[in-house]
Amino acid sequence: MRCRKCRERAVLEIPRHHTAFCKTCLTDFVCAQAERAITEEKMFAKADHVLVAVSGGKDSLSLLDILHKLGYQADAFYVDLGIGEYSRQSRAKVEQFTKARGVALHIHELKEDEGAGINELADLVHRPTCSVCGTLKRYHFNRTAVELGYHVLATGHNLDDEASRLLGNVLHWQTEYLDKQGPVLPASMEGFAKKVKPLFRLAEREIAAYAIVNRIDYIVEECPNSKGAKMLLYKDILNRLESESPGTKQAFYWGFLAKQEADAKTRPSMTDNDQAVLHPCPTCGQPTTAETCSYCKLMARAKKDGPAPVRM
Amino acid sequence: MKVLLNHPVREVEMKGPRRVRELLKELSLLPETVLVVRGDELVTEDDMLRDDDRIEIRPVMSGG
Repeated sequence: MRCRKCRERAVLEIPRHHTAFCKTCLTDFVCAQAERAITEEKMFAKADHVLVAVSGGKDSLSLLDILHKLGYQADAFYVDLGIGEYSRQSRAKVEQFTKARGVALHIHELKEDEGAGINELADLVHRPTCSVCGTLKRYHFNRTAVELGYHVLATGHNLDDEASRLLGNVLHWQTEYLDKQGPVLPASMEGFAKKVKPLFRLAEREIAAYAIVNRIDYIVEECPNSKGAKMLLYKDILNRLESESPGTKQAFYWGFLAKQEADAKTRPSMTDNDQAVLHPCPTCGQPTTAETCSYCKLMARAKKDGPAPVRM
Repeated sequence: MKVLLNHPVREVEMKGPRRVRELLKELSLLPETVLVVRGDELVTEDDMLRDDDRIEIRPVMSGG
């Protein structure tokens, strides 16, 4: 198979675009798609300081690599969840990547700062590990970006992540979550960082191929806690549909975004909605809709119920 | 050829020559969910694999 642009040997076929690319043209394609997302969605500019949440996986390390290639100022933030060998390996990948490229890396260590790893915390509060992990990561991503003065927080969510999340929300008619499914969440009030997903135009397979051809050493091993996760089931179903009918994932997610944009003219903005319901958490000061934010509630419960020396 | 699979990590021996798409079919893998690496080079579905090749099947799905 030959590259449709330059006729070199192709390394990846992309049926949804009826094309195939060699190493160089694949890198150009991925960078162009990310740049288009950043520009069209007004995510950030060259003068802004971007904090990229990294996990050691293909998406977040590729995002950091792409942003530097495109000339953006991007640093890294890693949350060490304390999941044994998995966390040790993923942290090592992040440290090697950032050191080799001279990228500033901020680390939050749960065992150090919360006094326990994610599995122990989930046991203490009797909640599913992935749910506690989501609460903690969202909290620390936002807090770190705001406290360190970054203009925006970027995550490596890709087209497959967003399409599978949309499928999950639609299957359960969780319409209250749909407003937050866009690639940009505004800094709607003080204490909220702007959050963006520059890889939303790219499929997971295209990013993995980018990582391999650009020699990005990422952790291939999956988080041991994700075994049996619903999101993997939704991805699998969407991949089956995509194989039979290329373009299904982008038609589903991009179609949803187009409909949302068309409806936006007749509905209050996300900023207006947020400002109507959010107020500072009395314990930590971060925005919340509840009396106390979910992070502070979680940590208070862990401290009350647990034998571990949980710090606040 | 030696074929390294992930999740869980294991190695299987397969007969060559055969095309990548035939290898994936025999392993019951959906092409959309994996990448195939020969040595350290990505190969496409119509590439031919030989007996002395070392192949890695790299899954692309992640997240929970």
